[in-house]
Amino acid sequence: MQTFYFALALFLLLNLFAGMWRVLRGPSPADRMLAAQLFGTTAVAVLLLLAQASASPALRDVALLFALLAAVTAVAFVRRAWPEEGGERDGE
Amino acid sequence: MTASDYLAALLLISGAVFFLAGTLGLLRFPDVYTRLHALTKADNVGLGLVVIGLAIQAESLAAVGKLLLIWLLVLLAGASVSYLVARGALHKGIRLWKR
Repeated sequence: MQTFYFALALFLLLNLFAGMWRVLRGPSPADRMLAAQLFGTTAVAVLLLLAQASASPALRDVALLFALLAAVTAVAFVRRAWPEEGGERDGE
Repeated sequence: MTASDYLAALLLISGAVFFLAGTLGLLRFPDVYTRLHALTKADNVGLGLVVIGLAIQAESLAAVGKLLLIWLLVLLAGASVSYLVARGALHKGIRLWKR
């Protein structure tokens, strides 16, 4: 079962590697951000698999952190990369 | 391998298939909105199946709770992020893809 977990983690890692192509090519910043978003989710899955495979529950906390950071990153991207949002300028 | 092992393996593999579909969609789909569609499949269903598959094998109830919590967080984040990105792209004037 442990080998299976590691094989699956490796498969997801290869997925992540294929997704790199979208980050490199773009064309718009949003496309790159979406690829980064997918990386975040895939990293969470990989970490959860590794936590189970190597019996180190601390990795689950790392996965939780990754999920949190991915969300914050995307919100920050939308706020900073596209600042001219129709009419609702709150606080600036 | 016991029956629960087989069930977990089945769930994990179907989750990995959804991740593969999400990556392929991200690479192959023509514009931001369709890519968003591919991405959320991997986010919600792919991670969900992986989490359920791992929860079957988890050592304690607390670990299961943490797994479900991670999935809920990703669900919430995925929903709000895809809404924000789609709205931002529309405001920015990125055109919808037409054949």
